[in-house]
Amino acid sequence: MKPKLQATGLAAEALRDSPFGESAMSTEPGLADKDMIINFGPQHPAMHGTLRLVLRLDGERVRKCDPEMGYLHTGFEKLGEYRTFNQYVVVTDRMNYLSAMANNIGYACAVEELLGIELPPRAKAIRVVMAEMSRISDHILSIGLQGMDLGAFTAMLWAFIEREKVYDVFELTSGGRLTTSYTRVGGLAFDFPEECERRIRKFLETLEGVLGEIEGMLSHNRIFIDRSKGVAHFTREQCIAYGVTGPVARASGLDRDMRRDRPYLDYEQYDFEVPIETDGDVYARYLVRLAEVRQSARIVRQALDAMPAGPYNALGKVTLPDKDDVYSKMESLIQHFMLEMPGHGIKTPLGQVYHSTESPNGELGWFIVSDGTGVPYRVRVRPPSVYQFQAVQPMIEGRLVADVVATMSSLNVIAGELDR
Amino acid sequence: MIHAAHDDHGHGPHAHGDPEPAPGESIADRTYVPAVLRGIKLTLARFLQKKFTVEYPEESVYDASYADRGIGASNPRHRGEHILVKDEQGREKCVACLLCMAACPALCIHIEPEPAPAEWTDRERRPKVFEIDMLRCIYCGYCEEACPCDAIRLTPKFYQPTTSRTERVYDKQRLLENNPDAQVPQRPRK
Ligand code: SF4
Ligand code: SF4
Repeated sequence: MKPKLQATGLAAEALRDSPFGESAMSTEPGLADKDMIINFGPQHPAMHGTLRLVLRLDGERVRKCDPEMGYLHTGFEKLGEYRTFNQYVVVTDRMNYLSAMANNIGYACAVEELLGIELPPRAKAIRVVMAEMSRISDHILSIGLQGMDLGAFTAMLWAFIEREKVYDVFELTSGGRLTTSYTRVGGLAFDFPEECERRIRKFLETLEGVLGEIEGMLSHNRIFIDRSKGVAHFTREQCIAYGVTGPVARASGLDRDMRRDRPYLDYEQYDFEVPIETDGDVYARYLVRLAEVRQSARIVRQALDAMPAGPYNALGKVTLPDKDDVYSKMESLIQHFMLEMPGHGIKTPLGQVYHSTESPNGELGWFIVSDGTGVPYRVRVRPPSVYQFQAVQPMIEGRLVADVVATMSSLNVIAGELDR
Repeated sequence: MIHAAHDDHGHGPHAHGDPEPAPGESIADRTYVPAVLRGIKLTLARFLQKKFTVEYPEESVYDASYADRGIGASNPRHRGEHILVKDEQGREKCVACLLCMAACPALCIHIEPEPAPAEWTDRERRPKVFEIDMLRCIYCGYCEEACPCDAIRLTPKFYQPTTSRTERVYDKQRLLENNPDAQVPQRPRK
C-alpha cells in the first residue's frame, strides 16, 4: 500500500480549506470510486497561457472546477504608479499581447479624457484603423485556435498567416510587431506611412477569401459542430451577472458594444453593425468573431477612404515637438526638455477618470487617478479576460473534460491580463 | 443584428428556396462527406500556393530576396539594437544630458557624465560611462525619442546571441561600433 501523502504547514491548511478537501491528496487504492482531482494547466499544452483549472472529475464529467489566477503575476497596475503617463504605454502592450495596439489606444484615450485633449481627425482615423486591424488579427487567430483545439490544425495555420500580415503592417507603422507602443498621450508616436495604406488594402482584398476558406473548413464540419454546439452555454443574464463582455456576451445575445454605445474616436461616423448571436455556445462565439472580422474590415476601409490630412498629434503642451524642430528651434527644444526631464513631463489635473474602449476581447476599461504630479496616483485596469475566466466555472461544471478545451479557446482568455 | 456569416454563403444543397437548416443538421452535413471533400479541396489549393514561411535562420523575411514582405531592414522605424551616433569627427554626439536615462521605462540605461575635453568647444559634457543593459531593454524606442541631439538610435538589427549575460551589457565603445550600416549622419526620416 502506498503511503498517504502528508502535507505540512500552509499546504495542509490550504488543502483543508480547498473545495476538494482531503481527497485532493489521497493516493490510496480505491480511487476508482472516488472523484479524481486533476490540474489542467498552468503548463498544459491545450491551455492558452499560464492558466490553471483544478478539476474534480467523476469519470469524464467535471463535477467541480476551480479557475485559478496568479501564475503570471506582473504587477502592471503597481508599475503604473512608478511610470509617467507616456512610459506606461509600453506596459499596456504586454497586458493583452494578442492585441497590444488596442490596449495602447484604450489607455491613451483614457489619459486624454483626463487631460481633456481633443485629438486631430487624422490621429483619430489612424487609431481607428489600427484598433480594427488589431481586432482582425486577434479574432482571426482566436478562430484559428478554436479550430486547432478541436482538431482542425489547418485553419490555425491559415489564421497565423493573416496575423503575420497584420503584424507586418504594425511593424511598418510602429516599429514593433508584438509590442507596438504606438500611441502617446495626445496622439501617436509616428505618422501613418502611405506604404501602409497600400498594404492594408492588399490585405483586406485577400482577407475575405481566407475567411471563406476557414469557414469552409469549420462552419459545416460535423466534428467541429458536434464539439462546439451547445457547449459552454452561457445565457444573456449570466453574462450580465458575471460582467462578461465582448464577443462572448454578444454570442449570448447581449447587444453591447462600446464603439456604438459610448463612441470614442468618432466611431459614430463609421457605418458598421454589431453582430449578435443568441445561442451563447462555443459555436455562436465562433460565428460572432467571424462576423466581427468582416465588420472590422468594413470600418478599416471607411477609415482609409476618409483618412484626413493634417497633424497626427494634438499640438500643444503634452506632445513632443517634431524632431527637426528640436534640433533647430529653441522653443521646441525647451518644450522637449520640459516633457522629458525627470520631475517634469505631462502635467495632469487633479482628478480621476474611467474610460472604456471595446478591445477585441470585450470592454477594456481604465480607471486613472491623478494627484497632479506627472505620475498617476493609481492605475486600475478592467481587463475583459478576468471576467471571462471567472465564467469558466459555471460553463464547464457538469460537462465533459473534452469540453474544457473548447470552452477555454472560445473565451480567448489572455493570461497577461489576468494578474496585473 | 446581422445574420450569422455562414448564411450569406449558401453552402450545401439548401442555398436557395426553403430556409437553410442549422449547420450540422442538413443531410449533407450529417453524412460528413461534403465537408471532407471541401476540406480536401481547400487544403490542396493551399498546397499548390507559394509557401509563406521562411527557413529561419538560414534566411529571414528581412533579406533582400523577401523584398515584397521586407519590412525590417528597409524600415527606419524598426526597433532593434541601439547605436550611439558619431559626428563628422568620429566622436559620439551624446552630450550626457541624461534625458534618455529618464525616459527609459525599463531603467536600463546607465550614464556617468564627465566634462568634455577643452578642445571640444561645442559641448560641455560627454558620457564617461554609457551602458545599456540589453537584457532589460524592451526596445521601446523611448530613448531615441527623448534624445534632443540625435545621439542614440534604434536600428534594424536584432539577432545577437551571446553565451553570457555580461556580454549583453553594451558599453559606450560597443554601442559606437554597433551596426555600422546604420551610422549615417542624417537621422533616417521616421
Ligand atoms: S529602447 Fe526603451 S528600454 Fe531600451 S534603452 Fe531605449 S528607452 Fe530603454
Ligand atoms: S544619448 Fe541623447 S538623451 Fe541620452 S544622454 Fe546622450 S544626448 Fe542625452
